[in-house]
Amino acid sequence: MTTLSREEVLKLAQLARLALSDNEVEEFRKELSDILQYVEQLQQVDITGLKPTNQVTGLTNVMREDTVRQYSYAPRDLLKNVPEVQDDMIKVNRMVG
Amino acid sequence: MDDHGNWLSLAEIASRINAAELRATDLVDQSLKVIEEKKDYDAVIVTTTARARERAQVIDEQVKRGENAGRLAGVPFIAKDNYLVFGAETTAASNILKGFVAPYQSTVIEKLEAEGAICVAKANLDAFAHGSSTENSDFAVTKNPHDKTRVPGGSSGGSAASVVLGMVPFALGSDTGGSIRLPASWSGCVGYKPTYGLTSRSGVVAMASSTDCMGPLTRTVEDAALVLDIVAGRDDRDSTTIERNPEGYVLSGPNMDLHGKKIGVIKEYMGEGLQPGVRAVIDTSIEKIRAAGAEIRDVSLPSLPMALAVYYIVVPAEVSSNLGRYDGQRYGYRYKDAKDLNESYSKSRGIGFGKEAKRRIMIGTYVLSSGYYDAYYKRAQTVRTKLINEFERAFKDADFLLGPTAPMTAFKIGENVNDPLQMYLADIMTVGVSLVGSPAVVVPAGESDGLPVGLQLMAAQRQDKSLLQLAKAVEELVRA
Repeated sequence: MTTLSREEVLKLAQLARLALSDNEVEEFRKELSDILQYVEQLQQVDITGLKPTNQVTGLTNVMREDTVRQYSYAPRDLLKNVPEVQDDMIKVNRMVG
Repeated sequence: MDDHGNWLSLAEIASRINAAELRATDLVDQSLKVIEEKKDYDAVIVTTTARARERAQVIDEQVKRGENAGRLAGVPFIAKDNYLVFGAETTAASNILKGFVAPYQSTVIEKLEAEGAICVAKANLDAFAHGSSTENSDFAVTKNPHDKTRVPGGSSGGSAASVVLGMVPFALGSDTGGSIRLPASWSGCVGYKPTYGLTSRSGVVAMASSTDCMGPLTRTVEDAALVLDIVAGRDDRDSTTIERNPEGYVLSGPNMDLHGKKIGVIKEYMGEGLQPGVRAVIDTSIEKIRAAGAEIRDVSLPSLPMALAVYYIVVPAEVSSNLGRYDGQRYGYRYKDAKDLNESYSKSRGIGFGKEAKRRIMIGTYVLSSGYYDAYYKRAQTVRTKLINEFERAFKDADFLLGPTAPMTAFKIGENVNDPLQMYLADIMTVGVSLVGSPAVVVPAGESDGLPVGLQLMAAQRQDKSLLQLAKAVEELVRA
């Protein structure tokens, strides 16, 4: 039976870049344990000789010409959704100290 | 509208618009009026009034000049709010995307507009389409058109409710594990999930890329077929799209003759746990289909009871990847007081995402993390292969498969919000075909205690045309 520890939940949250409240950590610990327990039934399935499926339509190597296309968007329009812009660039926090 | 205040068929509306017997501007006003009158159902997040009226005027002028304004000329529709549409925000009912105005439109919307259809509003959904009830919307819960204390089904609950409430003659939804079919069944309309890849995913907020399908919710199968005919086919902007059927999807001529058609009833969907009222409706439908000449046989897909477990590994894995882009930097909510980039990411995501999105990101991160990948993700994808093989075999024994859409009718608002696993069980009969990529359609088949029950029909991949033909014949039988 899979039960997650508080530390494991915090580690996952860190990997996923999710700041969680203490309540959320505890809630997710219980809920994720339930869900993981539910999906554990797959361990009983005989999958001998079978390969995993990653896509269902069987398409391979879908190619197109690598050509420049004209779009009517102005760069400034595309920046409208950015939370912070400076000199037509996306402003982010400092990355290294 | 006809004498009873119901919308005409899509083809009829377009033909009357093109004949100048109806005006697009009037239809848009009519639609907006119903949306306003029934706003307490919370089916709609926002209207796209200004752009809709502008487009309606353009269409009316086209007609005045004697031009044909398209096969959906003047037809108002509502798009689920995960479709990028000009003229309004696209939020996917999430706080993290509040204020986001799309700089381009989804391919499906472009194709519909090219035929004269007019988007009048954006429909509510479970945030990022994660859910079966619309209760996961960060904004509001949509109410079931038949009983305001119940959910409409999800995640395309706003779309289904908008059609049933008469706001528009059709709406767009998206179906990853049942999100078109479940609300169609619980709210009482037709819902069509095409073969995976037949409709473009470009410009729709991604949920799980290997099962996301775009499709219509309509009042009739004929309308669904017309919408599919317009939106189906290869798209340069989505390399997973497939070729359309050269004959198209429009239904014309006499109904499919059911004599000699082999229809398999999925044994695993008819077992214990099926609500008696739902079973009664499905059994009655089966008898009507048999009486019309079809050969009904039991079909077993032994791995089908595992489909939900496969789904709740594969889909959160893809969700956690697709939601990685919401980092608060380029668009969406950004936490203002971060000390460094890492904190900016974590706080923006931690505050911006709702509970279900976070839950799925956490599950997905877990099943993809090193040490667990083989045991969960790879195993799930391998059981998926087994499921595909079983469906292939079933479609050799039967031309079509049939079953309920869900084990129960619409549940009460709030009934399952504290039990995510119970909520996931609502999808147990819809996730199977999603994982194998087959098309499926839900047709209203009756009621149980005053709540709609939808019959689910399925076909092999790329058999969308014959599935629609079957659905039209069945629709007339079960509605009678």
